[in-house]
Amino acid sequence: MDGVSIPLDHVLLLSALLFICGLLGLMMRRNVIFILISLEVMLNSSAVAFVAAGARWGQADGQVIFMLILAVAAAEVAVGLGLVIQIQRRFKSLDMDDADRLRG
Amino acid sequence: MLKLLPLIPLFPLVSSVLLMVTTGKMPKRLVAILGAGSVGLSALTTLLVGLAFMESGQPHHQVLWTWMQVGTFSPDIAFYLDGLTLVMMSVITGVGFLIHLFSTEFMEEDVSYSRYFAYLNMFVFAMLILVMADNLLLLYLGWEGVGVCSYLLVGFWYQNPDNGLAARKAFVVTRVGDTAMALGLFLLFTELGTLDIQPMAAAANSQWQVGDTLPVLACLLLLGGAVGKSAQLPLHTWLPDAMAGPTPVSALIHAATMVTAGVYLIARTHELFLLAPPAMLAVALVGLITSLMAAFTALVQHDIKRILAYSTISQIGYMFLALGVGAWTAGIFHLMTHAFFKALLFLGAGAVIHCLHHEHNIFKMGGLRTRLPVAFWSFLIGSAALAALPFTSGFFSKDMILLQAYELPGAGPWLWAGGLLGALLTAIYSFRLVFVVFFGEAKTEPDRQPGLRMAVPLTLLCVLAIIGGWFALPLADVFPVAGEHHPSHLIEGISIAIPLIGLVLAYLIFLSGQLKIDGLVNSSLGRTLKKFWFSGWAMDLLYDRLLVRPYKGLAYMLRGEWVDVIYNSIVKVCQMLFVGLSHTQTGRLRWYATSMVFGVIVVIALLLGVI
Repeated sequence: MDGVSIPLDHVLLLSALLFICGLLGLMMRRNVIFILISLEVMLNSSAVAFVAAGARWGQADGQVIFMLILAVAAAEVAVGLGLVIQIQRRFKSLDMDDADRLRG
Repeated sequence: MLKLLPLIPLFPLVSSVLLMVTTGKMPKRLVAILGAGSVGLSALTTLLVGLAFMESGQPHHQVLWTWMQVGTFSPDIAFYLDGLTLVMMSVITGVGFLIHLFSTEFMEEDVSYSRYFAYLNMFVFAMLILVMADNLLLLYLGWEGVGVCSYLLVGFWYQNPDNGLAARKAFVVTRVGDTAMALGLFLLFTELGTLDIQPMAAAANSQWQVGDTLPVLACLLLLGGAVGKSAQLPLHTWLPDAMAGPTPVSALIHAATMVTAGVYLIARTHELFLLAPPAMLAVALVGLITSLMAAFTALVQHDIKRILAYSTISQIGYMFLALGVGAWTAGIFHLMTHAFFKALLFLGAGAVIHCLHHEHNIFKMGGLRTRLPVAFWSFLIGSAALAALPFTSGFFSKDMILLQAYELPGAGPWLWAGGLLGALLTAIYSFRLVFVVFFGEAKTEPDRQPGLRMAVPLTLLCVLAIIGGWFALPLADVFPVAGEHHPSHLIEGISIAIPLIGLVLAYLIFLSGQLKIDGLVNSSLGRTLKKFWFSGWAMDLLYDRLLVRPYKGLAYMLRGEWVDVIYNSIVKVCQMLFVGLSHTQTGRLRWYATSMVFGVIVVIALLLGVI
């Protein structure tokens, strides 16, 4: 794979930007679906970093971890969507700020 | 037969527990049978055990089980039977049974009939434990048990707050003495290493010399306990107020048995007291002074039960005098005869009060000689024995005490003279009571006559009060043998004459009126003295000013709970933290996520060493 290669710095920068996007979305969004999407973005940002690092060192470990993250994300979405349905049923809204019955 | 010993306290205990758990739902007839019958069974068992004991003549020691084991300290639940124990047990169960029988009629109209017998049986149980215990700790258990029962029975009619007050006073004042006694027990245990009475006496005799400081200290502390329980100076103020209880209770607890527990304690530990001559002298002086003060007070009282209460204090003073001069047998002898005639007098007073609409004031009675013959004869015989007229039981015991006091080297004749003055006063106040209540003109008509269950105990006690002086007590092996007595005929003659003089004086003053004392009484000195004596030498006032009021003042000053300020402020800080932290729990997911992010940032910053 000779020729033009993307420098590792750039990929890590992309990964950090994605992560911050997801984090900001998680902290600022109120809609529970968007919160889940933000979580997804954060997971994938770290996956990008793994893949890039694996390519940089010429090892398969990064891609193995990527597969693992994929599985985790799928499981998380399955649980998350179940919760979304329950929240919708119980509170008649998807606004997470409405579900604050545990406040002290 | 001796193995039956543990049954004796068991009967009243079982009966008491049964009466307590049925909470008054038992029919009255059954309560009476159970209450009086259990003590009757104890009395019978005591008789059997006593006969067996007389046959063997050896002290009997019976261990039931080990109470507890803490290091080298392992007191047993164990009984020790010797002559002294047997005398006490006979008095408690015998006189106790008669008083129970009397109570079945006296308390018949009371709604709390079963509660009364539950307490009274519990008292008999505790008192038996007290006298049968082979170690001082078990004795202390009985000691406190009788204190509790006394408290419950003095305040039996608790609906009247005054009775509750009297009960609390009895409890608190005796508690002062009990604390001293507990300290004495601690001292004895740390010094001698055991509380079992017989080994303890042996250890004391081998470790201590006569006149050492430690035995004196220990004996004075024990004396403190005895003084509180036996209502001697300076802790005697509770007994007159304890008359708030039902009259048979006064007869059983505050005349015949519990108040003589102090005498028993000193007699039981006499080997310690023999090592401490100063403590012996203190016992004798406390007894003499108390008996004189109480006799003067009894002279001017109006309330029939208060007269008898002060008379009890005075007679127990005689017992202390006897113990103090080393006349152990005489002291216990007087304890027994006193139990007979004072129970008789109290029950007689109970019969009078019962038949006279609960009248207590002797000046509102009068002329009852023909109207209440049973009570009259009881009182006459009881007073004769109390005044120690010749050939009554009280005569023998009091004579014995006075003669042995006379023979004490040194202070002997003075103690004897003091005792004689007391005997004179005793004769005057006891016959004042008889003459005022039973002679003269009638002021209140009795509305009923004592029934059979009252008359029988009175009659039996009359017999005992007369013949009690001829009983030979099995005390020869218990106490050191006193030397032979050779009193001169003059001394003996004076001892016999003094009560008779008192009787004649009382007759002249209170019945025939030939001896006018109005002028003397109404002079300013006479009035002051009368008032002073009537108030019991103003001891109540003194304690009120000296102890009760400063204590109340202190309590008033501390009502702001200064000590609690520290603990309350700790609570306040915690509460503030709680309120503050509970604000962070908003229940909002985004807030939690943001908090976590900031937490992670802080941790990373720390790890990188930025902050």
